Amino acid sequence: MPDAPVIEVDQLTRVYPGRVAVDRLTFSVGRGEIVGFLGPNGAGKSTTMRMLAGYLPPTSGAVRIAGLDPDRQPDQVRRKVGYMPENNPLHLDMRVVDYLCFRGRIKGLGWRASPAQAEAVIRRCGLGEVRTRVIGQLSKGYRQRVGIADAILHDPELILLDEPTIGLDPHQIRAVRDLIRQLGQQHTVLISTHILSEVEMMCSRVLILQKGRLIASDTPAALERTLGWSGTVTAEIAATSEAITARFEGSPGVKSVRVEPMDGGFCQLTLVPEAAEDLRSAVYETAREMNWPLRELSRQRQSLEEVFVRLTQASHVPNPTVK
Amino acid sequence: MSVFLALVRRELGAAFNSMTGYVVVAVTLLLTGFSLVDISSKLANVPDDRPVVETFYQSAYFWVILLVVSPVITMRTFAAEKSSGTYETLMTAPVGDTQVVLAKFTGALAFFAVTWLPLLAVLAVLRQVSGQAVFFEPRVTAVALAGVFLIGSLFMAMGCLASALTNSQVIAAMVSFSLGVGLWVISLRPAMDETTAGSWSRVLEHLSLIRHMQDFSRGVLDSRHLTFYVTATVLFLFLTQRTVESRRWK
Repeated sequence: MPDAPVIEVDQLTRVYPGRVAVDRLTFSVGRGEIVGFLGPNGAGKSTTMRMLAGYLPPTSGAVRIAGLDPDRQPDQVRRKVGYMPENNPLHLDMRVVDYLCFRGRIKGLGWRASPAQAEAVIRRCGLGEVRTRVIGQLSKGYRQRVGIADAILHDPELILLDEPTIGLDPHQIRAVRDLIRQLGQQHTVLISTHILSEVEMMCSRVLILQKGRLIASDTPAALERTLGWSGTVTAEIAATSEAITARFEGSPGVKSVRVEPMDGGFCQLTLVPEAAEDLRSAVYETAREMNWPLRELSRQRQSLEEVFVRLTQASHVPNPTVK
Repeated sequence: MSVFLALVRRELGAAFNSMTGYVVVAVTLLLTGFSLVDISSKLANVPDDRPVVETFYQSAYFWVILLVVSPVITMRTFAAEKSSGTYETLMTAPVGDTQVVLAKFTGALAFFAVTWLPLLAVLAVLRQVSGQAVFFEPRVTAVALAGVFLIGSLFMAMGCLASALTNSQVIAAMVSFSLGVGLWVISLRPAMDETTAGSWSRVLEHLSLIRHMQDFSRGVLDSRHLTFYVTATVLFLFLTQRTVESRRWK
């Protein structure tokens, strides 16, 4: 089944004593996607990751990894999944190359093939200069790369990275991000994070989790578009405020018009659209038609960050927009 | 098999990559050395026909070393990996629970065996210096060491269970120490009280580690003792395996 989704999750639920960590989660991830798993702390990201990796069983609901059940066929599933848990636990007393050889062996690569595979991921993750250093003495950025190297060691179909860039400095974040982007070319990647810029830069799709429930699933751009209902257009036009008001008030798609005089004969025009419509070209066409000099034209985008904050605020209960 | 060997090697590596392993070996060696010096000087005053091995293994020294050292060896097995989080990477690798339990047990037992090896050298030195064969009779020494190995398997299995139950090494050590001391206290009564009567006393006698060791150190390998240690070890390993598996119970 070349086109079967790599992850299929159906009504997945995990209950801890007195608390529902993951609540009827349903989503699927196709081959070659880089999906960002977004949510505030305690939203159930790590619990879901653990269930996908086969570490925890679901209380109810079903998980399929490449068509297999992690509960019934644990070994086959684990061979297809590379998992880096939260906080990236490593054997700090081992050397990088020894650790990766050991991991290769317990992942079933064999006594002979493991060193070659370990060298391959060392090159791929840029660990060459620290390969014989003890992991406990490495910087956090290098440790993170060791964790990722371990996750991709057995060339898995699916890579699960739980907060791969947490606690790194900006340079290290950039390096890890580039690495993940490269991985996306050959593998399916699911990353959990609460850093939004990361998702915007790396992911083809975002799943937003709140209190164990999926509250949004779409591309970062589409989320901004559909949920970012502001879309207010601002323009600076050299004309009298009366003329501008008269021209735009009552135009199709315009909800409200505000005009404020500025320096040098310019006025600032603020248009609020009725729907998620882009009014910029309409403003430009009008200005050209009327021969009005135009010096600024912009549309307020609601960033993913604002979308996220709004969606995950406790008081706000939106309709799930599940794709 | 290659997975199992990699896991066992990792267990031993973990012991010797840190100071713990060396400290345990050094402490065992020091205590063994002290006790043998003490025993030898006593033997010099009050001659005894018994081999030194027998005297040593029937002394309190041996038990103190065994009871103290075993929990330190096994406390790491599961608890350390759980608290550092590497347990999660281990259990999401394609390895079975039973394989992990057996590998950790084998690693601990191998380490336990290593800590007792220097004793052979000590005995050889004693024989060389005194010129008396009674210090080092190969057959008796071999059976005595086999006995230590059997008792060690039981203690390692108990320790693995204690470690699998918690993610704190301190708690793991305390639980396995209590299990060990409990079993030893049960052993004391039949060993001290020669007039055994009643069914309970007879049950206790079969459980008596001290009685078992008396036989082993005389060079007697009784199949009943063998059965006891193998069964008890398997029982504790089974319980450990169930504990590890319980994570996935719904």
